[in-house]
Amino acid sequence: MNREDLPVTVIKSSTGWELIDFKELLDYRDLFYFLIWRDIKVLYAQTILGFSWALLNPLVQIAIFGIIFGKVANLQTDGIPYVLFSTVAIIPWTYMSEATNQSSQSLVSDQGMLGKVYFPRVIYPLTPVLAKLVDFSISLILLLAVMIYYGVAPTWNLLLLPIFVILMMCIPAGIGLWLSALAIRFRDVKFAMSFVIRMLIYTAPILYTASSIPDQYRLIYSLNPIVAVIEGFRACLLGTPIEWQFIVPGAVTSILLLASGAMYFRRMERVFVDVI
Amino acid sequence: MSDKDIAIKLEGVSKLYRIGVREKIQDSLGATIIDILKSPMSNYRKYRSLYKFDDVELESSEDYRSLVCADIIWALKNVSFSVAHGEVLGIIGKNGAGKSTLLKILSKITAPTRGQVTIRGRVASLLEVGTGFHQELTGRENVYLNGTILGMRKKEVDRKFDEIIEFSGVERFLDTPVKRYSSGMRVRLAFAVAAQLEPEILIIDEVLAVGDAVFQKKCLNKMESVSSQGRTVLFVSHNMQAIARLCPRAVLLDGGCLMQDGRASQVLSTYMHSGSGTTALREWTDLQNAPGDEVVRLRAVRVRDESGHVMETIDIRHRFAIEMEYDVLESGHLLMPNFNLFNSEGVHVFTTLDQDPKWRKVSRPQGRYVSTVWIEENLMAEGAFFVCAALMTPHPYIPHIYERDVVTFHVVDSLEGGSARGDWPGEIEGVMRPLLRWDTHYDTDVARRPATN
Repeated sequence: MNREDLPVTVIKSSTGWELIDFKELLDYRDLFYFLIWRDIKVLYAQTILGFSWALLNPLVQIAIFGIIFGKVANLQTDGIPYVLFSTVAIIPWTYMSEATNQSSQSLVSDQGMLGKVYFPRVIYPLTPVLAKLVDFSISLILLLAVMIYYGVAPTWNLLLLPIFVILMMCIPAGIGLWLSALAIRFRDVKFAMSFVIRMLIYTAPILYTASSIPDQYRLIYSLNPIVAVIEGFRACLLGTPIEWQFIVPGAVTSILLLASGAMYFRRMERVFVDVI
Repeated sequence: MSDKDIAIKLEGVSKLYRIGVREKIQDSLGATIIDILKSPMSNYRKYRSLYKFDDVELESSEDYRSLVCADIIWALKNVSFSVAHGEVLGIIGKNGAGKSTLLKILSKITAPTRGQVTIRGRVASLLEVGTGFHQELTGRENVYLNGTILGMRKKEVDRKFDEIIEFSGVERFLDTPVKRYSSGMRVRLAFAVAAQLEPEILIIDEVLAVGDAVFQKKCLNKMESVSSQGRTVLFVSHNMQAIARLCPRAVLLDGGCLMQDGRASQVLSTYMHSGSGTTALREWTDLQNAPGDEVVRLRAVRVRDESGHVMETIDIRHRFAIEMEYDVLESGHLLMPNFNLFNSEGVHVFTTLDQDPKWRKVSRPQGRYVSTVWIEENLMAEGAFFVCAALMTPHPYIPHIYERDVVTFHVVDSLEGGSARGDWPGEIEGVMRPLLRWDTHYDTDVARRPATN
């Protein structure tokens, strides 16, 4: 054993802000992979319908919203059939809400592991963000079916979709980093999450059009990163013009959210075990 | 010792914890309502104070004892020592001495409040076997998950997979979800994964406290082979025999301070005499926390001489007694008290089962019992012995009590004669030293001896 080559670790109390140690994260990539895979594998264990739940959940939402807002309230959606209009938004919304929820609770639900073994703590909130992509991919089948039914032809806009998928992942990652670090210390987060998520759906143009927002409020409105993702998805999939005024502010917010979340998480991670 | 030879170096490591944030109780309805309204603010301060120590003047107080604050404790106070590469170090101390905190700091799970640790080499820590095992996953899947959690790469697990499975002995159930495993199978599989770790530094906490006797032996052997491969091992245990057998060097922690650092045998003996370890008398005043179950609870175990005095040091030429006092809480059970004696090398010297003819095949009514076994003079070897007090129902077998290292005693030979050493003053080996009868046949006529070739 050549002792010259051994890695040297210094453990001491530290205060101040640090960035995520990407080199360390790379060393733990196999573990990251297995944890994501565990989340996927375990999710529908001992269920009859299995992965069909990934379709059923958005399907029920689409049906309910379609009846209430499309038929009863008869909302105007710039000439797009209501079901088509809402489906392209509900699919990414379902992903974002579930990933955010799980990511926020990740440290609390794995606290047994947290106190017994060390690996980079950021793996905990980031695991659901990636694991939930499986559900998202399955629910794309539903989206495809709706699009074929309404005879939507793909346009060149579709090529921009990957950008919005990445943006869609940044939001639960950013919020998850912030809230998981908070939730391990203050369990109030869990109770707040259940209604905050239900309310968030109305802050973005999921069930109504962004154009119905009065001009003078549009900038403030579009600072919400969810607006950017929904508008982006709709434009890419339905081939409507891309409204950058709704997308750029939200994209900036989500990047800020992610960066600040990562820094806050790193600052707080050293006390996680002491406050369980 | 140059820096390169040091695997782990602790410099003034301290850890502060805040405990027991006390709840105030109001006695009037009005005050209670005001309390509830005010509680978010006080709760915020309470939970924040768990990790913020603004009110404690850390820098100015060099003397830790001067820091008398109601709700904080120093889990570790200014601990410094170094461990060389290839060294096997035992860490001992009673509950709350800071052993677990030390291991958590070394495994990067928590950061020290003050001081610094420098580690040279990859560390794997086993603070618990089966960390991250998931009930719904199969044995095979859990091997991979657990292996990577412990710091292995997937390729490493691939390579060692067959060995892991062979060691665990669960081949047949590899593709069965772990939730259908017996607890024994789960532990075996978990340990098998851990046993394949190949870090430069291995940190182990009490993992031997699991599994049956056969499996524990297997684990101990595995650990012996690990430490003989030149790996650095830190080992925390309450099992004194295991420490004595595996670790040449030991450190003793008490109240967060490093009390002694030296040869394991010396440190163990300090520990045993400090009153913090096991001594010749152990009593449980609180029935709820006494070892045992709903049938019977252990109240006291003592080593005493013929006149009834508790004796820690036994003259090899005198007979002495080991006795256990216990409360039978539920009538109608056949109960068999027994003692297991271990020496300081961890050898199980003997087991002695209750022979009292009055209680053989007689179920015991409720009440307080004292069972005493007499150990004859000139039977034990010199040295320290550890007593494991046990109590079981023989048919069908139910273990009610199995407490290791409850009491300890030393057998000494004063070299005044009358013992099995006769006139030999030197070292005598062997786990027992019975005084046996010798006969000699003597014949003067050498010529009559049959010829030898």
